[in-house]
Amino acid sequence: MSHVEADEAREGIGAGIEDRKAKVSPRRQMLKEFWYYFSENKGAVVGLYVFIAIILIAIFAPVLAPYDATAQNRGALLVPPVWADNGSWAYILGTDAVGRDMLSRLIYGARYSLTIGLVVVTLAVTVGISVGLIAGYVRGWVDIVIMRLMDIILAFPSLLLALVLVAVLGPGLLNAMIAIALVLQPHFVRLTRASVMAEKQREYVTAARVVGASPLRLMVVTILPNCLGPLIVQATLSFSSAILDAAALGFLGLGAQPPTPEWGTMLADAQEFVLRAWWVVTFPGLAILITVLAINLVGDGLRDALDPKMKRS
Amino acid sequence: MLRFILSRIGVLVPTFVGVAIVAFAFIRLLPGDPIILMSGERGISEERYAQLQAMLGYDRPLPVQFWDYLTGLLQGDFGNSIVTNRPVLEEFMTLFPATIELSLVAITLAVLIGIPAGILAAIKRGSWFDQVTMGAALTGYSMPIFWWGLLLIIFFSGYLQWTPVSGRMSLMFYFDQPTGFMLIDSLLSGQEGAFKSAVSHLILPGVVLATIPLAVIARQTRSAMLEVLGEDYVRTARAKGLSAFRVVSVHALRNALIPVVTTIGLQIGVLMAGAILTETIFSWPGIGKWMVDSVYRRDYPVVQGGLILIALVVMIVNLIVDVLYGLINPRVRTR
Amino acid sequence: MPLLTIRNLTVTFDTASGPFKAVDSFDLNVDKGEILGIVGESGSGKSVAMLALMGLLPPTATVTADELAFEDHDLRTMSGRERRRLIGAEMSMIFQEPMSSLNPCFTVGFQIKETLRIHLGLDRKARQKRAIELLESVGLPEPERRLSAFPHQLSGGMSQRVMIAMATACHPKLLIADEPTTALDVTIQAQILDLLVDLQRDRGMAMVLITHDMGVVAETAHRVVVQYAGQQVERQPVETLFDEPHHPYTAALLSAIPERATGDRLPTIPGVVPGQGDRPDGCLFNPRCSRADDRCRTIEPPHQSDALGQALCHYPLNTEEAA
Repeated sequence: MSHVEADEAREGIGAGIEDRKAKVSPRRQMLKEFWYYFSENKGAVVGLYVFIAIILIAIFAPVLAPYDATAQNRGALLVPPVWADNGSWAYILGTDAVGRDMLSRLIYGARYSLTIGLVVVTLAVTVGISVGLIAGYVRGWVDIVIMRLMDIILAFPSLLLALVLVAVLGPGLLNAMIAIALVLQPHFVRLTRASVMAEKQREYVTAARVVGASPLRLMVVTILPNCLGPLIVQATLSFSSAILDAAALGFLGLGAQPPTPEWGTMLADAQEFVLRAWWVVTFPGLAILITVLAINLVGDGLRDALDPKMKRS
Repeated sequence: MLRFILSRIGVLVPTFVGVAIVAFAFIRLLPGDPIILMSGERGISEERYAQLQAMLGYDRPLPVQFWDYLTGLLQGDFGNSIVTNRPVLEEFMTLFPATIELSLVAITLAVLIGIPAGILAAIKRGSWFDQVTMGAALTGYSMPIFWWGLLLIIFFSGYLQWTPVSGRMSLMFYFDQPTGFMLIDSLLSGQEGAFKSAVSHLILPGVVLATIPLAVIARQTRSAMLEVLGEDYVRTARAKGLSAFRVVSVHALRNALIPVVTTIGLQIGVLMAGAILTETIFSWPGIGKWMVDSVYRRDYPVVQGGLILIALVVMIVNLIVDVLYGLINPRVRTR
Repeated sequence: MPLLTIRNLTVTFDTASGPFKAVDSFDLNVDKGEILGIVGESGSGKSVAMLALMGLLPPTATVTADELAFEDHDLRTMSGRERRRLIGAEMSMIFQEPMSSLNPCFTVGFQIKETLRIHLGLDRKARQKRAIELLESVGLPEPERRLSAFPHQLSGGMSQRVMIAMATACHPKLLIADEPTTALDVTIQAQILDLLVDLQRDRGMAMVLITHDMGVVAETAHRVVVQYAGQQVERQPVETLFDEPHHPYTAALLSAIPERATGDRLPTIPGVVPGQGDRPDGCLFNPRCSRADDRCRTIEPPHQSDALGQALCHYPLNTEEAA
């Protein structure tokens, strides 16, 4: 395959998804069936509601947050939450060491976490699917080289690789996202390649080839939609891993830099107050946990609903 | 079987070379002059720059540098730390036992709790036990472990004052460390209270590091068990008149363990990643903390060498797990 | 006294959409040393009834019966432990899929010897000797070598032979064979059936043969029970059944045997066995019966006399000959 074709394949991904979207309305029945299986899993539905709530919080952060996320109040350092002794209604969840409102910072933090998840997953999915399609469709030495490379990336513990990448690229949120996307994409490459190789053997692909569909059309329009299920599940799980890893990098001081109200970075700042002010440590972590848990619950529900192997029971 | 092992090693060698290339490329090919980066904001004098360049061999062509580096690796030369000037391999070997000890404790906890919990949840599918266990497992799987560690410190070290906050051993004790494993060395030292101190230092980081593998193993065991319990051969076992316990613990479990062993193997990478965070929080003097400190110090030879060494450890453990997998799965063993 | 007595056995499954009656008022007597064939389409409840007898149904199944007796043991009141002493020893079962019925992680020897150890308490040496004898008795060549083989190294026919060796290890008085040849090649099917009949004759054990193949019944069974949608629609000795079926369903099954078919095309029975949601009123067979009238569609039919094969039908066939 030439580079031109490879590039075409990459651009083609978007087209493939568009194509699928356009067909959704006649596929109402399918959606209905999907929702039936998804809603059987109560945890998944709860997770979905929580996730939607977090999205709304992120969108309406400026309306919801009582203070500016970076505004410091020198007169109110390490104020405990309202229900604790010395707590005040002015700062419901207390303040941090430089007098910033915890609640406002947490609300703004949702924006960072969701953006990180979205950007990382988009990057990893786009690159992963393109590379996987090429490997699975072209086979031969291209496939061997690609898969070797993925094996090598997977040989490193993901956080370690991300850590070193960020160390070299320089600390910061953007570099952290690039590094995490890089360590997450081999999963998409493998999944796509495996599905493509399985689907390629099927009759409908042969049929499409016989009527003269181009390789690009075959890959993107014919094969890809049929392996979307596992990819969607993997994307959901990657969304939560991305948030966790970015928070971990932030915690290590290599992700988002202070005073950014990113939850992991907030924890890094709070580390020295572990034994003095529990609230500056507890709430950011709780926010990460709830977000990640909600997404993983949705992921479990999606797997139940989309994985035909699970459907038989 | 031997051929099976050899073929796995055959796959491992090119991957290792690839790992070396990647580690080398990170430091040498990505934008930015590593020596400038290493010197940080303070800048660097002309002479010192030239000196470092010569020392690290950065003045020669890249392919030559890589060749030298690779041949060095094969002879066990991973370069020297620019901060301590000690060989990277030597530093690694000094610190590695601490990480092994912590990881072993963590994986043991995860297996000993995760597998029985998964089995019980599968047998009592849909019961409150199943729901609580799987809820807890998903929570554990979603846990930011650096925060989890801090919470445990707040509660057990701060509030209850049961466990120390950091390190491997109370400063009251001093003894030789022939094995590098604090649990063993403290026993060998014969000092009263030393072993207890070692355990109390180990328990919190062990629990924190075990959290994610425990959750994954419990979930995987449950789903493997559910799959196996529906198989025809389990019905055959029951038709033989075997007790429910024997059906589950011999006939079903043996089959369910096959995918679980693979999962446990995959947790080694997770443990290494977790060790970075856990060791940082608990000031545990292992390779995870060493890597993070080296990143902070911009000690690139250590980062580069450590990256390769850790990948090598993960690859070797995965090889062992592959062989184990072959041993417990007759379909692989007797082809 | 019959070896096995089942009266009014009913099996109900709890499903997401309410209870489902898989077996309805199932009666069965098996005498010592006889072969009883149970015939019916998929979903007619024949396997479920036998699994209920063996106590192998999942907890979602509710089993009730007026009588469920093996010799003088009342299976309904037995403790699990007592029942497990019978199962696999006095009363054993082989299944449709021999390849997946053997545990892939253990050798053939382990799986056979396990039964010998648990039920007979033989020592290691005696177990080895007996296991070799058993494999010889089911016609497996090189029995000693086979003992250390894993199931994936065996063919389907060999696996079924191992299953038979395992099921007959403790000289059972009753062997239940649930479609033992369905999953096998045609040439192997006859061999396995012959083996079962030989073993049955040599050991004098009783056998219940579940099948959907009338041809198999004709060759092996002494008596036949025809099962439809969880109900027994006819019971007859094999000699008279083929000549004088009394239930229209039996007649339809018989005319679908290729050897007996007249005309160019093989006759088929239109429609399928009713499932959970579509059980008709009156006779359960009425939607597929060419002779059904309003009475069949509204009133549940009674069992006819023994002379009429106890046919569950308002209008049994071949009444003149029987009278």
